[in-house]
Amino acid sequence: MINSVFQWLTDPAQWSGPDGIPTRTLQHLGYCAVTLLIAAMIAIPLGLVVGHTGRGRSLVTVANALRAVPSLGLLFAISLWLGPKIQGSLAFVIPSVIVLVLLAIPPILSGTYAGIEAVDPAARDAAKGMGMRGPEVLRVVELPCALPLLMSGLRSAALQVIATATIASSVSLGGLGRYLIDGLASNQYEVMAGGAICVAALALLIDLAMAGLQRAVVSPGLTGKYRQSSRLASDSDSATDGDGAASERRIPAEGMISAKLS
Amino acid sequence: MSWVFDHFGQIMSLAGQHAYLAGVPLLIGLVLALPLGWLARRYPRLYPPLIVGTGLFYTIPSLALFILIPLVIGTRILDPVNVVVAMTIYTMALLVRTVADGLGSVPDVVNQAATAMGYKRISRFFTVELPLAVPVISAGLRVAAVSNVSIVSVASLVGVSQLGYFLTDGYQRGFATELVVGIVSCIVLALVFDGLIVLASRLVTPWQRVGR
Repeated sequence: MINSVFQWLTDPAQWSGPDGIPTRTLQHLGYCAVTLLIAAMIAIPLGLVVGHTGRGRSLVTVANALRAVPSLGLLFAISLWLGPKIQGSLAFVIPSVIVLVLLAIPPILSGTYAGIEAVDPAARDAAKGMGMRGPEVLRVVELPCALPLLMSGLRSAALQVIATATIASSVSLGGLGRYLIDGLASNQYEVMAGGAICVAALALLIDLAMAGLQRAVVSPGLTGKYRQSSRLASDSDSATDGDGAASERRIPAEGMISAKLS
Repeated sequence: MSWVFDHFGQIMSLAGQHAYLAGVPLLIGLVLALPLGWLARRYPRLYPPLIVGTGLFYTIPSLALFILIPLVIGTRILDPVNVVVAMTIYTMALLVRTVADGLGSVPDVVNQAATAMGYKRISRFFTVELPLAVPVISAGLRVAAVSNVSIVSVASLVGVSQLGYFLTDGYQRGFATELVVGIVSCIVLALVFDGLIVLASRLVTPWQRVGR
């Protein structure tokens, strides 16, 4: 069985043309990028406002409760409902994109909100004491401090979207999921297993890339690396201690954000 | 509504299947995560590799894992065991971190007091540390339960029957009622799991309600 899968994966026919692995991978990445962008544009501002003002917390609760809806059911329901209303080839793409956006919003929203919520109140007070107004506090202090949790929300949303886009091939979406669904339909194990390996590899690579991005954008003052590099500069000690407390509060929230649904 | 009554027996039997496929891995995953979480806590050096290592499994999309497991353990593609194994892997991946963090939430003074009273390492773990870590672990378990119920429904695409059958069948036939029944029963099952975990964790942590 392993041999035939290996053979399928290394067959040059799989590596070119409109049904080839490169094309399918790019398609898959395209859907994921578009949905993540839309979801982030909705969820990050919303999470920032809810976290900053403390109003509308119920919104986050509702978004989290929606995760009990099985993603497969959501996918089928929305395709069944919207599919006939849209003309042409977009009939398959738009319902899937809507579902993917809906699934990506809760982790990003609760990540952003929890990130702002976990900001050390002392840092917020200090910013106000320095004369900053609300929007400035949000931009200069709260947002950078919230980035670790915001990014883990984004990371888990990305995984969610990659996984669900695979399933969405059962409602005729393109991408790598085609191999899995078509292989299942035609009972060709090497096709579905080969496709599954590609999807798993893509998910791992994307997660790795997002982890790198997280590392790059999060201030070193929040990750503790700063502590080591600043041993000589003693005046920053109190600042890093405060961040240590914030990072302990991070733990329970993270589990909720990274829940996997498909 | 009459469709629901006509198919009540089928709904219940598929719900039973679904509860089995989502619930058994929850228990096995917890049992496997306990020693791993303990290791990650006891030897801080092991924490990053254990969390990252189990996290890697968590990134694999469920449909891909359902298909790849037969390749690894040599079962047939339609075997429900594949789903149980996949769900166990996901549960364990989620819970190792929770268990480690839960054990970490036990105050150091409590551990020192227990040691001073003569508790040895193993009995201290089971009678002091683990019970005190229950609130954090049960929070993780609730997340895992809801996520398991959702993921198991995907298994209907690889032909393993559970409540997800109503989703695929309803979609293929364009029959909205069946689809809605499938979605609602999945949500209800997730709520039942959630309620059971909350109840169980209340039962084993009676001290949490004292003096409130």
